[in-house]
Amino acid sequence: MSDNHSHGPTGGSATAGHDDHDHHDIASHIKTYIGVFIALLVGTVITVSMYYVHFDSMALTIAIALFIASIKSFLVAAYFMHLISEKKAIYGILIISAIFFVALGGLTLWGMHDWPTGAEGKAMYVP
Amino acid sequence: MEIPYTDKPRPDTGLYNAKLGIWLFLASEIMLFGGLFSAYILLRVNAAEGVWPAVKLAWPHGLLNIPIGTFNTAVLITSSVTVVLAWASLKMNNFARFRMFMVITVFCALSFLGIKSYEYNEKFTHYELRLNDGKAYTGHLIVNGEHPGFWDFSKVYNLEQLKAKTNVTSIKFTADPEKAEGHGHGEAGAHEHKELDLKTDQIAHLDAFLPRNHTFFAIYFTITALHGLHVLGGALVLAYFAFPGAKLWKTHPEQFTNRIEVGGLFWHFVDLVWIFLFPVVYLL
Repeated sequence: MSDNHSHGPTGGSATAGHDDHDHHDIASHIKTYIGVFIALLVGTVITVSMYYVHFDSMALTIAIALFIASIKSFLVAAYFMHLISEKKAIYGILIISAIFFVALGGLTLWGMHDWPTGAEGKAMYVP
Repeated sequence: MEIPYTDKPRPDTGLYNAKLGIWLFLASEIMLFGGLFSAYILLRVNAAEGVWPAVKLAWPHGLLNIPIGTFNTAVLITSSVTVVLAWASLKMNNFARFRMFMVITVFCALSFLGIKSYEYNEKFTHYELRLNDGKAYTGHLIVNGEHPGFWDFSKVYNLEQLKAKTNVTSIKFTADPEKAEGHGHGEAGAHEHKELDLKTDQIAHLDAFLPRNHTFFAIYFTITALHGLHVLGGALVLAYFAFPGAKLWKTHPEQFTNRIEVGGLFWHFVDLVWIFLFPVVYLL
């Protein structure tokens, strides 16, 4: 983003009313929003067209799809959700969420290597 | 009593309270959907090798309607940009334009749900069929000349229900073209639909594409229905802000603008979940 003042409209805290953000400032943000919107649509088209391209490796197929999804979600979070210029408290919450999210995924992966075995175990787990 | 810090930032956080609140809520939502995504990966990775339905416990590929899913993705992305434009319109003191963008947002939300219902109905009337001789098909069931279950959930049959609720002893089944081996490229048009005339006692298994039928459908319906509920809830809140709740604009414009931002943050989160959900469920 071009602006680097500390509490633009993306800061979200409408501190002293509308006066300190002039309309021109918001207008430049609207251009960003439209730009992100177009990028998201292009990203969707690329994701879908990748489906029709055949890759030999399933891992590569998954990696490409998730990579594009990550870029799209970054655009939404950074610009639509204003995370590009947000307060520390919110970054703190999100860092903690990220740690717990990774831990949750990690537990799932861990669990996959530890299926119950034996006749009873098989009955519990039908793939 | 006045609610504190609705329009002024609280000195220690630098945020108005609702914004801190919505982010804490979204953090819990990340864990909710994170758990379900983990479940999806677990089921997907541990599915049997091979092509479904020939291999009963293999993962079905290419069952979901990609053009419709893509269109729905575009609808949700559009609603996400319109909600942020609605907020920006309030920042520019343009209430009429705010309302226009909110109406578009809610319209997109309802369109998304309508399209999703159509997709669900397609699944509820699509069947998996296994015969006693080991052959397996997917396709459409015809009982007494009609497709049961079309927008009528009580007529979605599995084999036992078919026997119990109707007194037919023979059915027709329009089998889908057989799928080629490989990932996601089953829509080759080389094979034709096949009409099967069957006696009910030739059938080993018959069920619609319902959660009870396969782990894929179980997790697909769980995640997309939970996401759909979020879309519905978000649409109700945004519709409230667009009309009856908009009274606040006249008395407390700052607080109202912040409410729109907070509602918008929830809405972007719902869009964000779909950005991952669409490739994972439809394409991989």
